[in-house]
Amino acid sequence: MKQGIFTVCSNRPLTREVYEMTLRGDTSAITAPGQFVNIKVEGFFLRRPISVCDCGPDSLTLVYKVVGNGTEALSKRVPGDGLDLLTGLGNGYDLSSAGERPLLLGGGVGVPPLYRLCKDLIAQGRELTVILGFNTVGEIFYEHEFKALGAKVIVTTADGSYGQKGFVTDAMEGLNYTYFYCCGPEPMLKAVYKASATSGQFSFEERMGCGFGACMGCSCKTVTGYKRICKEGPVLRKEEILWQTQG
Amino acid sequence: MADTRVTLGGVELKNPVIPASGTFGYGYEFARLYDINCLGALSFKGTTWEPRFGNPTPRIAECTAGLINSVGLQNPGVEKVIAEELPKLQACFGGPIIANISGFSIEQYADTAALLDKEEGVAILEINVSCPNVSHGGMSFGTQPDMAARVTAAVKEVTKKPVYIKLTPNVADIVAIAKACEEAGADGISMINTLLGMRVDLRTRRPVVANKMGGFSGPAILPVALRMVWQVYEAVRIPIIGMGGVSRAEDVIEMMLCGAAAVQVGAANLVDPFACQKIVADLPTVMEKYGIENLKDIIGGAHHG
Ligand SMILES: Cc1cc2nc3c(=O)[nH]c(=O)nc-3n(C[C@H](O)[C@H](O)[C@H](O)COP(=O)(O)OP(=O)(O)OC[C@H]3O[C@@H](n4cnc5c(N)ncnc54)[C@H](O)[C@@H]3O)c2cc1C
Ligand SMILES: Cc1cc2nc3c(=O)[nH]c(=O)nc-3n(C[C@H](O)[C@H](O)[C@H](O)COP(=O)(O)O)c2cc1C
Ligand code: FES
Repeated sequence: MKQGIFTVCSNRPLTREVYEMTLRGDTSAITAPGQFVNIKVEGFFLRRPISVCDCGPDSLTLVYKVVGNGTEALSKRVPGDGLDLLTGLGNGYDLSSAGERPLLLGGGVGVPPLYRLCKDLIAQGRELTVILGFNTVGEIFYEHEFKALGAKVIVTTADGSYGQKGFVTDAMEGLNYTYFYCCGPEPMLKAVYKASATSGQFSFEERMGCGFGACMGCSCKTVTGYKRICKEGPVLRKEEILWQTQG
Repeated sequence: MADTRVTLGGVELKNPVIPASGTFGYGYEFARLYDINCLGALSFKGTTWEPRFGNPTPRIAECTAGLINSVGLQNPGVEKVIAEELPKLQACFGGPIIANISGFSIEQYADTAALLDKEEGVAILEINVSCPNVSHGGMSFGTQPDMAARVTAAVKEVTKKPVYIKLTPNVADIVAIAKACEEAGADGISMINTLLGMRVDLRTRRPVVANKMGGFSGPAILPVALRMVWQVYEAVRIPIIGMGGVSRAEDVIEMMLCGAAAVQVGAANLVDPFACQKIVADLPTVMEKYGIENLKDIIGGAHHG
C-alpha cells in the first residue's frame, strides 16, 4: 500500500450516472487487476473505495457510479485537481488458474475491474469471452473498449433494450469456458455461483472503515477462515465462499 | 528543546501519542508505512478469552466528522494473540505495549489478564469495561460502579502490571465509575470509548450497520471526551489516558490541559494511516507555538488559575 496525491487528468460521464476518471500519480503499489484504491473526498470522513479499472506506470483509470454524496462530489473534480489516494489495496485476481478460455462476467459498476484483467489475460494469449450485464441500453459502457482489447463481447440488458435480453447467467448457457471471473451486485454473484460449470473467482464489496486491514470493519466468514474484504479480498475463490454470512 | 516525555505510573513514554485499541491492529500493517517506533506506546486490538468473529456486516457507517463501528471485538482469542500477534508486534515495535482486554464475565477478564500478565513485552493492561455482562443480563460492566470495581479488583489480583480501566461514556455519571475503579485499585483510567449511535440509509430505510447501533467516534466527539476527562481529573488522583476525536497535535495538548497524562488516537488512523506519525512530528512545533517546554507540566493545566 502507498499513499499519494494524484492529479485528475480527465473526468467524463460515460452514461447518466457512471463516470470515467483518469489520474496521474505513483501507481507502483498496484500489483494485480481487481485491486482497489481508497479515495479521500474533501468534506467526507471516510475514504471511498473504487476498483482499479486500468493503470500504467504513472496513470490510473477509475470508473465509478454516482450513488451518494461522496461519488457526487467526485464527479465534480476537474482536470488539475489533486486527490489523496491509498493505492495497492486488496489481493486482486489470480490469473494463474484461468486456463485457455476464461469467461469474464461483469454487472453494472462491477464491469470496471474486469477491464485490466481482460487486458492482462489477453496479453497472456488466452481466448476471452466477456459478458457485460446492464439494466437498460442507457446504462451500457465499455462495450467497445473490451472489443478493442480483442475479447468476444456479449452484452445483456434486463429489459431487452440492447443485446441479449436477460441476465449475464442467461448468456452463460452453452458457452464453453475453462474458468471465470465475476464482479457485480451480490444477487448477480449468487446467480453466477449457481449457474457456473467451472471454478472461478468473485469480487466482493463491503462497507469499509480503513480499507487496509486495520479496523476489522469488513470481515466475512469463508471456508478457509475469517477474511477481511479489504485485505485478503475483495477477490474470493468460488470454493471458499460461504453465502449465508455475506452481506 | 521541547520535552515530549510523559510517564504512565512507572512506564516512561517518549511522547504521549498512542494509537487506540481497534484502530491500529497489531501495528504491523502500519509498520510497512513508517517506523512506528516514533510512537509513545501502542494499544492493540481488544483481546477476549475466546476467539471472536464479531458482529455481522455492515459494521461501518460514515458520519459527519466520524464513523460508527460495530466490529464487535473480532480477535483471534488471547492464546493466539500471545502466540502469533504479539511476537509480530514486538518485531516492529520496541516501545511500551498496552494490552487491551475485554470479557463477558469477571472470570474471563481475570483469566485473560492473567495470561497477558506473563508476557514480558506487555507494559500495561487496559481493561475495556464497555462489553455487555452476559452473566448479569447483558448490562455493560462499565455502566455500574460496583461492577466496574469488581472487574478492577479481579484483574488487580492476577497481575503486577499497571491496570488502566477503559471507561464507556454511555453512562449518567462517569465520575462515580472512575472513583469506584480507583478505590478498587486501578492504576489509571483510559477514557473515552465510543458513544452509542446510529445511522439510517435513506435508500433502504434501514439502519446502516447490521447491528442497528454502534460506537460513534472521530473528531466530532472531541468536546465530549474533553469534558469527561476534565470531570474525572477533578475526582481521581490516578493518571488518565485521554482519547476521543484526537487527530492533531493541538488536540493532544488540549486533552492534556484537561487532565490527560497521555493521549490515544483512534479513528484518525483509519482515514490517514500516517496520522499518529504526523501528530508526533508536529508536537514540538505546536508546543513551541504555545510556549510549552515540558509536556508533563501542562497535565491538568486548564484546571488551575
Ligand atoms: C472493493 C470495492 C471496490 C469498489 N469499486 C467500485 C467501482 O469500481 N466503481 C463504483 O462505482 N463503485 C465501486 N465500489 C462501490 C463504491 O465504493 C460506493 O459506491 C461508494 O463508496 C459510494 O459512496 P457515496 O458517498 O457516493 O455513497 P454514500 O451512500 O453516501 O456513502 C456513505 C458511506 O457508505 C459507503 N458505501 C456506500 N455504498 C457502498 C458500497 N456499495 N460498497 C462499499 N461502501 C459503500 C461509502 O464508502 C461511505 O462510507 C466499490 C466498493 C468496494 C468495497
Ligand atoms: C473500528 C474501531 C474499533 C475499536 N475497537 C476497540 C477495542 O477493541 N477495544 C477498545 O477498548 N476500544 C475500541 N475502540 C475504541 C477506540 O479505542 C477509542 O476509544 C474510541 O474510538 C475513541 O477515540 P477516537 O475518537 O480517536 O476514535 C474501537 C474504535 C474503532 C473506531
Ligand atoms: S476496512 Fe478496515 S479492515 Fe477492512
